Formats: sequence, C-alpha cells, structure tokens
Amino acid sequence: MAILTQEEAKQIIDKVLSFAKADETSVSISGGKTGNIRYARNTVNTSGESNEIMLSVTSVYGKKSGSTSINELDDESLRKAVERSEEIARLAPENPEYMPMLGPQNYPSTNTFAESTHSIDPEFRAKAAADSIVPSSEKNLTAAGYLEDYSGFSAMGNSKGLFGYNKRSSVDFSITVRSADGTGSGYAIRDYNDVSLLNTREVTRIAMQKAEASVNAQAIEPGKYTVILEPTAAGDLIGLMRRSMDARSADEGRSFLSQRGGGTRLGENLFDERVNIYSDPNHPEIPASPWNNEGLPQEKVQWVENGVVKNMFYTRYWAEKQGVPMVGFPSGIIIEGGDQSLSDMIKSTERGVLVTRFWYIRAVDPQTLLYTGLTRDGTFYIENGQLKFPVKNFRFNESPIIMLNNIEALGKPERVNGSMIPPMKIRDFTFTSLSDAV
Amino acid sequence: MKRRDFIHLTGLGLGAMMSPGLLAMGQPTTAEQLLVPGMAPADKKILADIALNTARSNGASYTDVRIGRYLQQFLFTREKNVQSINNSESFGIGIRVIANGTWGFSATSDVTPDGIKACAETAVAIAKANSRLQTEPVELAPEKGHGEVSWKTPITKNAFEIPIKDKIDLLLKVNDSAMVNGAAFVTSNLFMVNEQKYFASTDGSYIDQDIHRIWPTFTVTAVDKTEGTFRTRQALSAPMGMGFEYLDGLASEKISSPAGLIAYRNSYDMVEDAIAAAKQTQEKLSAKSVTPGKYDLVLDPDHLGLTIHESVGHPLELDRVLGYEANYAGTSFATLDKWKSGNFQYGSDLVNIIADKTQPYSLGAVGYDDEGVKSKDWNLIKDGVLTNYQSIRDQAKIIDEKESHGCCYADSWSSVQFQRMPNVSLQPGKEKLSSHEMIKGVEKGIYISGRGSYSIDQQRYNFQFGGQLFYEIKNGEIAGMLEDVAYQSNTQEFWNSCVQICDKDDYKLFGTFFDGKGQPSQVSAVSHGSSTTRFNGVNVINTGRKI
Repeated sequence: MAILTQEEAKQIIDKVLSFAKADETSVSISGGKTGNIRYARNTVNTSGESNEIMLSVTSVYGKKSGSTSINELDDESLRKAVERSEEIARLAPENPEYMPMLGPQNYPSTNTFAESTHSIDPEFRAKAAADSIVPSSEKNLTAAGYLEDYSGFSAMGNSKGLFGYNKRSSVDFSITVRSADGTGSGYAIRDYNDVSLLNTREVTRIAMQKAEASVNAQAIEPGKYTVILEPTAAGDLIGLMRRSMDARSADEGRSFLSQRGGGTRLGENLFDERVNIYSDPNHPEIPASPWNNEGLPQEKVQWVENGVVKNMFYTRYWAEKQGVPMVGFPSGIIIEGGDQSLSDMIKSTERGVLVTRFWYIRAVDPQTLLYTGLTRDGTFYIENGQLKFPVKNFRFNESPIIMLNNIEALGKPERVNGSMIPPMKIRDFTFTSLSDAV
Repeated sequence: MKRRDFIHLTGLGLGAMMSPGLLAMGQPTTAEQLLVPGMAPADKKILADIALNTARSNGASYTDVRIGRYLQQFLFTREKNVQSINNSESFGIGIRVIANGTWGFSATSDVTPDGIKACAETAVAIAKANSRLQTEPVELAPEKGHGEVSWKTPITKNAFEIPIKDKIDLLLKVNDSAMVNGAAFVTSNLFMVNEQKYFASTDGSYIDQDIHRIWPTFTVTAVDKTEGTFRTRQALSAPMGMGFEYLDGLASEKISSPAGLIAYRNSYDMVEDAIAAAKQTQEKLSAKSVTPGKYDLVLDPDHLGLTIHESVGHPLELDRVLGYEANYAGTSFATLDKWKSGNFQYGSDLVNIIADKTQPYSLGAVGYDDEGVKSKDWNLIKDGVLTNYQSIRDQAKIIDEKESHGCCYADSWSSVQFQRMPNVSLQPGKEKLSSHEMIKGVEKGIYISGRGSYSIDQQRYNFQFGGQLFYEIKNGEIAGMLEDVAYQSNTQEFWNSCVQICDKDDYKLFGTFFDGKGQPSQVSAVSHGSSTTRFNGVNVINTGRKI
C-alpha cells in the first residue's frame, strides 16, 4: 500500500466529514507496511510483510460517542462507515468525561520518517538475519533474533477544522546469542527511525561477546551492590516510572506522587539533584509524533529538574477539572547524563556489578514504585576498575525513585526504546536472591 | 500501539491506569451485529476446499485452512460512569502450507474465491522461498481426518445475547456496592469473547467450532489521605470457558475458605465479592507488615493457579525447551536430558500435574486444536517426576510421541498457529482434607489468596509472587491480615516442599485471559485447576519501602 500524501489523506477525510450528520465527527487514517523476520537455533523461523490501511470514524451526539473502522476507501464504504459510527454513537451511554473535539492546531513538523526504512524488503531482512546468524554459527554460538520494521503515515481531521498529517518509520532489532552448551548468554537491542543506523552484524557482535564472556558464571551473595546499569537496563526501570507520572492518580491519592495529608508531590525534591528528565518532539535522535495522546501539539516538557518534580501528565478532562494547563504523555524521555562512557564508569568502580538488561519486571508496590525482576544475558562482577568474572543472575527488588537518589555517576545517553537513557552507576542497589537461569 | 505494549498493559493488571478501548482486536461494531449468524459451515467448506486445492496444485504437500470470525465485547466502568463499550468483529482466513518441507503462511480478510486463491498461492510461494534456508524439513505427526464434525463450548446463556444494559447495570451495582462499603475508587470490567472457527486440512478434517469465554473483574482501591497510603484488591473471579451463567452466583458453587473468604468455583457472585473487597481493602491499609523469614505457605487455588502457570506451564512448553523462544520469553530449565532420565524429581511425590484441553468450564477446552488434533489430557508430572511436555504436530517426534498433544493455537485468523499452553492443573489430594483442616496443622504460616505481582526468570528457576490477601497463621489459627508479603523460591525446591493438598471438594479453576508469547506477540487464554495446597519453609520477604 502506497503511503498516502498529505493532500490525498485530506481529500478522503474531507469527503468522510461531508457525509457526517453527527454533532461532532473526527476521522483518522493510518496505513503503511510492517515487516518482520524471526530466527532461532541459527535458522529463520518466520518472516512476513503486511500492508494495511485503516480509516476510523468517531461520531458524537452530545456526550455519546461511537467509532468504527474500515479498510476500504471507496465512497460507498466511507458512507457506510459514517452511518455505522453514528448508529453506534446513538446507542452509546453518555460519557460524563467527554471533552469536545479540538479546533485547528499548529503541529510542529518532526523528522520521524526515513526513506531507507521504507525501502526495506524481504531480501534486506534476510540479509540482516544472515549477518547475525552466520558470525554466530561460525563461532559455534546460537543466535535467536527478531527484526521488525514499519513505515507509514497517519492523518486526522475533524468537523471543527482540525487537520494533522505525519509520516513515521521505525525499526526494532533484538538479538540473543547463547553458547552451544547453554552456559553463556548475551543480548543487545536497538531501535531507530532510520534503518541506515542499524548494523545487525555489529549489534550481534556485542551479544556474541557477552555470550562468550558470561560462560560459567560464579555465584556471589545477594545483597546491596554498586551497580553499573547499561542504558538498556536503566531504561527498563525508568520507563516504568514515566508511565506512573499521571496527575489524576496523584490527585486521587493513589500514586507515588500523592502527598501525605492530600495533594501531590509536584515541586518536591524527590531525586538526586543531578536528575534532569525532559521530553522534546524535536530531539534529533528520538523524534516524536507532532501530536500527543490528546491530539494537542507535542511540546518540550521538563518532567524533573535538578531532582525536583516539575510536571505530571494529564488528560484534557482532568486538566480542565483541576483548572490547570494540559500536559500530554511524552512519547519518549531524555535523561541528561555526562560524557563518561561505560568503560570509564567501570574503571572508576572499586567493587560492583555490571548489568546488561533486566527481565520480567513487575510492580510489587505502586505506593513506592517498588519493582521486582531479574538480571539477564550478561551480568559481571567488577573489581578495581575491571570486569573480573561473570556472575549468576540476581533477582532485584528496587524502586526507580530510590535508585535515582543513589546516583554515583551518569554516563552518555543512548537511544533505548524511543528514549535517551544514560548508563547509570547506582550505589546500594538491592539484589534479594540468586537465579540459576542463563 | 504495538502489540507488545498491549500485552504489557494487560500484564500490569486492570487497574485504574489502564486506558479502555485499546484492547479490541477487530473492527468496532454494534452489539446487534455480534448476534448476526456467521457464514454457514457448508459455505465455509466450499471456500476451504478452494484453498486446499489451490495450494495442492501449486505444490503444497500439506495445507490447513482456518476461516475465523472473532467476536469481542469489552465493557469498562469506573465508579458511577461507563467508560466504554467495545464491540468488535474480525473475519478472515489464514492458510498454512508445507511446500519443499517448509512452512508457509498467508492470511486475508478477502474471503472470496479469488481472494482465497491468491492467498493460498502466496502461502505456497512463501514456503518455497523460505525452503532455501531450511535445514530440518518439517515432519508432521500423523492425525487422521475427522470428517465433518463440530464442537461448541457447553454454555447455557450466550453472553452476547444478554442486553448491554443488563451487563452495565450489574457492573454499576458492583461499583456502588464497593463504594457504599468504603471504597475510594472502583473500576469494573467485563470481557466476552466468541471464536467461531472453521478448520479444514488435507488430512480430511472439516471442523466447525463455537468457543466462548468470559471474564468479569474489578479493582477496588482504598485511600488513607492522612497517611498518604493506598491499597487495592482485585476480584477473586476467574476467567472461564463459560457463558453468562458464570455470573449466576449459585450458592452451591461457593467454597468456604479460611479467614472468612469465599472461593467461587463455576459460578461467581460479583456483587458479594465487591462488598468483601471494599472491606478488605480498608483492612489492608492498617494491616501488620510481615516479618521476613521462612513460613509454611497455604496457597488458595485463586493464587496457586498463577504459580502453576509460571513454574510448570511455561517451562514445559516444548518450543521453549528447544530454544525457539530464546530471544524473548526465554528457554527452560526442564531440558530434554532431565526428562529422558526418567527420574527428574520436579516435586514431592504428592505432586501430580495434568495437562488437558478437555476440562469442562476451562479456558483451554476445545474439541480440536488449530491444526485439527482432537483434544486430550496427559500427565506432565506423575508422583513428582517429570514425564512429558506440551507439543504440536511438528514437535511430537522429538519427544518420542506418536501423536501431537493438540496444543496448537492462533489468536486470530491472521496469526500463524504455534504451540500454546493447554490447561495445566494440580490434581487434588486423595485423602479427605479441607482448607480449614489444613490451617489447623500449621504452626507458623501465611495463607495467601488471589493473584498479585509475579516474576520469574527466563529459564523458570527463580520466582517471586505476591497475592491479593495475606493472613498470618499462628498455631493452627488465622491470626490477622498481613501486608508487604512476597515469597521467593526456586521451582524445583518449591514443588518439592509441597506437603499437603486439599481434596477434590476444594478444587477450582484459576485462569489467565491474555497470556502473551511469540514475536510478534499473540495472546491466549488458559486455566489452571488446583485445591488449596501447603508448601513448607518458603522464604518470605517484606516489600515495604519508604520513599
């Protein structure tokens, strides 16, 4: 399916709106190409590609809303979709929290699309997999990996004159390499908008090194350790904190940001003063969609400044009810760091544990944002500035809030799952038990 | 939203943070449309034969076809408000072939003769293209054709036929009951799924199935603003392979459990549970924080089901054991050499764990799996010893089985079927024993009910579980509620510490509605039966922190 141009998308949206009879109507169209290749045991298991286009109509009568979606764009289908959506809306119960649709907005133009990603084809995916499988099997290692790419567009418009259009592409690649006897395992993961930044051979090499270096891990006692979290590991935990910075939960008294005696902890110094977290749709490495979850333009937002909580995110309904400006959920966050590389951080560590990634992280207590989970695919003991030996995996019980108060150093941020996360050196990180898993 | 984000969201539990409306998989429609009958089996047979013949003439040595209509109705409410009502329908065909010894799959929503022909040709072309990378040709365990057969979940009230208003009234009554009894907030949800699946294969099977599932659930929150603390309690319902009759709340299906709790077997009283939840959530705010250490654990079936799922169900999936999930879910400690030894002591000799796709009211119950294998049951762990895995047709020979176990499933016509977990259940004790009698024998222990936080490593050794409700047991008696409880153990050590299992009168099903696996990730629903069970000397940690 070709990606519709802005003009083509607008024409279709306008046509749908011309069929509408409801009090308010909005239309969104999105479409594009998704492809993937999956391999394990050094051989490809599945690969596929699909093209799809979907048009959704939302109709509103008073505070009753209904939606439907179709994947044919002929006039007859569009007309039927509007009728169906209006029928669903009429049957719907009133939503007391319904907010009227937005009028025209000025969306920033963000650089979320790369032609290189759009041109990925089955041959490209097969080569990407081969670049990962061949070097692994040559060293008698076993590779299992997954590459998924997307390129497409989204457009939206409504009966109040709003219109937005954006093209986006993404590629996600992850690789696990295991030693033939199953006693060593390594992992690496990358995500980009532009696939020309991805070299699966190089990423696989990192996983191979970790697999070989982690063979025959030794057990050390669980307890409180200084840890160096690679950006992937740090991002695993911090990403969860981002999801919890919801203003409504905080106002309602059921969040780590709720204040004893009522109110919230907005403005409170909750973290080490070196913690600065913001989001920026125009960040060159993690460009974001022009609009947020509520359809308002994405803006640069400071979430934490010098350790102080500066913002929480809102729905339009809750912002209006509280009489405060709406702050949208960020698509990606940037945690400011320093210039230190991972190896600089290791060199300055007397005794500690290097963590590649965490796994199976689950909330234990939403009150304190306590999470549990395990280290996986490359955990090493550090002594006198050097990696000494691989260690068995640990289970941790830790809160990112406590972790961001125990900072020793922050390194140079890297892109992890759509956010910029620095490697972190953290003291007194709580490992509660050992795992035999490799 | 990416599919894995969806899995992640549902994995977090259906708390206040979940945005309704993100879950529906098909195209939005009206409740009335969900009652319109689908295509007749005779018409599906004609279309399926087009796929089978096209694939065969293009060079496929085996073909199976799934024509699927997947209906969902998801309702979300919060306090006095209806947040959303999602009706969705998804209809299409998935065609899987073997050509040149290699699998190929293609799917389309264009369920017309021309659309099906093109789809079958694509499936064969993909198989042939992938065969260049094939090192081990696919070998299917034999399965005789079943002819034209059908199977239906034995429901007595089709949930889709119950007026939306009645369902909303029930959820709002649940919310009101919780609020009146002290809740600060409450969300309640009702998930209903109907899979109308037609399967045909070149083995000579034409199987028409009508599968129903339901899950009523809620989360009640209590807040102490003065202290700045809050606690939640989720429903003690189970998702079931049943119709709306699950919500009848029959007294005959209630089990009296310790600490005044009520366990619901095959009939659920949602309002009664919400009232109990509101009171218990208040009590949780001031409950005693647990002293860490070793305790004897008495685990209720509403809790133990998840422990069985994670520490027995997943490690015995054969595709994990073989390394196909290494990059995502992980591999397994239960390696083939342990199974081959014939004496791997997974648990104590009281532990008998059966896999099945047949248990009445269970989420896994079907007549046939998604590659036409008739459903069955088999031992996974017998008298504590590992005896078998969960397999599909192209894996059976690896474990010396003549037939597949029938564990093949796809979550949509557009997804390729692969090995998914059947029901995995702990068999009840043979001697008469109630949960009340079990408590009497415990000196220092904790009674745990409901599913809470859960985490396990990628080979399924080390795990940590929380719960919904915790009660201290002192000298054979319940001595009050506890908080901040989680237990950590190792799978083999844990199951070998199993010392007592209540009898069949205490047996009930637990279930999970959105179990995720694979890349791209697919969901499946599965039940786990058990009776209240005692495990001695398990390590309990205190999860309370100050921030």
